[in-house]
Amino acid sequence: MIEVVVFLIFAGVAIAGALVMVMGRNPVHSAVGLLTTMFSIAVFYVLQNAHFVAAVQVVIYAGAVMTLFLFVIMMIGVDKTEDTTEQIPWQRPIAIVVSVGLAAVILIAGSRAWITGRSIFVDGINETIEVVADALFGTWTLAFLSTVFLLTIAAVGTIAMAQYSPRRPEEES
Amino acid sequence: MIDYLWVLIVLPVLGAATLIVFGKRIGEPWSGWLASALVGTAFLIAAGLTVPLVTGDGHPETVELFSWIAVLGLDVSLLWDPLAALMTLIVTGVGFLIHVYAVGYMHGDERFGRFFGYMNLFIASMLTLVLASNFVVMFVGWELVGLSSYLLISFWFVRPAAAAAGKKAFIVNRIGDWGFLVALLLIFAAFGTFEFAAVFAEAPTGLTTGMATAITLLLFLGAVGKSAQIPLYVWLPDAMEGPTPVSALIHAATMVTAGIYMIARTAVLFELAPATLTVVATVGAATALFAATLAMGQRDIKRVLAYSTISQLGYMVMAAGVTAFTAGMFHLMTHAFFKALLFLGAGAVIHAVAGEQDMWRMGGLRKVMPITFWTMVVAWLAIAGVVPLSGFWSKDEILAAAFAHGTYFVFLWAIGVVAALLTAFYMTRLMILTFGGEERWPDGVEASGAPPILTVPLVILAVLSATAGIFNTPFRLSLEHFLEPSFEGVTQQQPPEGAIVVALAAVALVVALIGIFWGWARYARKLPVEEGGFWEAAVDGYRIDDRYGRLVVAPGRAMATWAAEILDGRIIDGFVNGVGAGVKSFGDSLSGTQSGWVRWYGAVMAAGALGLLLWLLLSGGLF
Amino acid sequence: MVTPGWYMALAAVLFSIGGAGVLVRRNALVMFMSIELMLNSVNLTFVAAGTGLGLIEGQTAALFVIVVAAAEVTIGLAILVAVFRGRATANVDELSSLGG
Repeated sequence: MIEVVVFLIFAGVAIAGALVMVMGRNPVHSAVGLLTTMFSIAVFYVLQNAHFVAAVQVVIYAGAVMTLFLFVIMMIGVDKTEDTTEQIPWQRPIAIVVSVGLAAVILIAGSRAWITGRSIFVDGINETIEVVADALFGTWTLAFLSTVFLLTIAAVGTIAMAQYSPRRPEEES
Repeated sequence: MIDYLWVLIVLPVLGAATLIVFGKRIGEPWSGWLASALVGTAFLIAAGLTVPLVTGDGHPETVELFSWIAVLGLDVSLLWDPLAALMTLIVTGVGFLIHVYAVGYMHGDERFGRFFGYMNLFIASMLTLVLASNFVVMFVGWELVGLSSYLLISFWFVRPAAAAAGKKAFIVNRIGDWGFLVALLLIFAAFGTFEFAAVFAEAPTGLTTGMATAITLLLFLGAVGKSAQIPLYVWLPDAMEGPTPVSALIHAATMVTAGIYMIARTAVLFELAPATLTVVATVGAATALFAATLAMGQRDIKRVLAYSTISQLGYMVMAAGVTAFTAGMFHLMTHAFFKALLFLGAGAVIHAVAGEQDMWRMGGLRKVMPITFWTMVVAWLAIAGVVPLSGFWSKDEILAAAFAHGTYFVFLWAIGVVAALLTAFYMTRLMILTFGGEERWPDGVEASGAPPILTVPLVILAVLSATAGIFNTPFRLSLEHFLEPSFEGVTQQQPPEGAIVVALAAVALVVALIGIFWGWARYARKLPVEEGGFWEAAVDGYRIDDRYGRLVVAPGRAMATWAAEILDGRIIDGFVNGVGAGVKSFGDSLSGTQSGWVRWYGAVMAAGALGLLLWLLLSGGLF
Repeated sequence: MVTPGWYMALAAVLFSIGGAGVLVRRNALVMFMSIELMLNSVNLTFVAAGTGLGLIEGQTAALFVIVVAAAEVTIGLAILVAVFRGRATANVDELSSLGG
């Protein structure tokens, strides 16, 4: 019973946060909305006994990624609030149709084949972190090690990007 | 030996190729001797091949050369039979004499070599036409002869009149050629083959009268064009712009007779269409008379001879129309002799008075050029139909056959008799104006006799004109017997028997003498004034050319202009340009999707992804 | 009982909201954040599926997605900074020079 209540409350919070993010005029407001949504999703992970994923979500996603976002928002794009007139014709209608349509299709299609049956509290998945470690370092080692490379390359790329400055004509003499 | 029949054609072809390409280098006079030698050799070969046919040992033979269009069953093959032999001998024999004459006549012309190249090309084409064993090869020769005629008429193309005359000849001939071609198609549709032997064998049983009439009328249209009958004769007077040897060879002796030959060759088909035969005879008789009236009023000596040719061709056509095919071929042969002689003599005369062609400025030439004069006297008497010269026998046979053919044809006989009267008259006029009386040419022109190279052919032709009558008189050799194998299955009109034929001959002779006397009486002493009214109209050809111009040429030109400007310029170009413009505007309208805005691209991609998802779910049976 | 299906439904809704955000907003950073929202909803789906099927791979997949998303955000923000450094605004509609 209590899970239902928790679920419903945090579902509302998540959706509210998402809507704030999409509709907020100030980018900082959008960032905070997203942050809220991420926290709710972390709650959902906990409800499903995915404690490790929840921790990672909070630490990395909400902690690092959103902080990075806020830095960049502060650096560029915070002073201007964009006006609401849409200059591309048909953009808004298409966007509404696509998103509503997508949700409708997924819900309808999914309702035919919802994964039901098991409750979220299943025996044997209590100590998730051991099982996760087993999978990551065992079966999925290759993928795990590839992420090492991925992060390295991302770091290198970012540094290179930071060094890049477009040459101005008056600098050439 | 007969297998080498194709040599007859190949010899002048080689001559033509060599002389057209290297003529300038070979130069005078060797180009002329080469061309003449080739034609002369062809004559000798043809004579050799004719001997078996004359003695009766030989029989008509078909020589197959090669297969051309296998799908149609069309081979290139040649036929050697008495009719073809007769035409070949005439073409190569008279052609040889004219070639020799031309060596002298064309002396000093800067395109001497090319002239003889074209002359050999003509001989080769004419031989192709005559030796053909099927309709298509004959048509090939027919067309090539038209081409050679065009090249030779407009030989001095720097003169605008000559160029225009060549063009006119080709275009008017085209109308006739169209008829021939449609007839070819009908023949193939009816018989499935083009070979003479097959067609003629099947025709009596396999052809309806209606079809036969259609085919023969169309073939006759071809003959009308090529042999200058009414209404397609207008090119022949203008063709006199060509050099005189050309006029002699092509427009008197050989090419214009191709139509007659063709009718004789296809006699089997014509006999199956009596309606066509009536048309043929009528057209022939009408042309004979009509052209004779025009010949009376001409001032140019060559034009008199041109209209005379048209008139005599009318006689040959009339002969074919009354199914007297042998008589027609006989007149073709004698006409070749004396008309070629007349033209060559006229050429000598023109040569003597330094290019003057108006007879009113000649006169008195009999003292200056006696050989020319006496040979032309022979020709004059022959064409007038004075016994015992050849023209009397041939013309009389045609008239007798017409008389005997039927009631309507007696009327045509009468027309032929009147035409004979006028023929005698205008030829007498020509002779007196040119050779008789006092000298009327301008001062400063040195008139001299013709050199031997010109006069020797004249003499030979004169002998032939005088004696050729024996080829078909009732007394000695018989052309009719010789030509019998070619006219198998064809019933020819015979002259009436006994006293009637003698009476008809007497009538013809008397009429000829009356004509001569009338001419002599009118022109011998004081020359009458010939101006105004009839004379002007005659010189102008009764202004038929004008009327053709208004009736036919002007609408044709208007149609061509419409086609070029409106049909091509507006409709077709508009359509093509419109397609281009349409494509461009469609592309322009599509370029709106490339707006450059990332969010627009994103929106389109998302919409596409949604659509794909929907399609997958639906085809997977979601609903 | 809250079955995994509920989480998936919620994830679908969050996904569409994120999609709408990408298409409608002009600020480059907000667009990027909408993409992050979409990735989060996918993560939720993964975990729910893993729970429903009794497999741990749902959670490991979610972990991998988080790693990749982090790397992607790093580079993406670096690019955005590089592009919009010279301009005074973060409006993606400014970047329309490839338009026809």
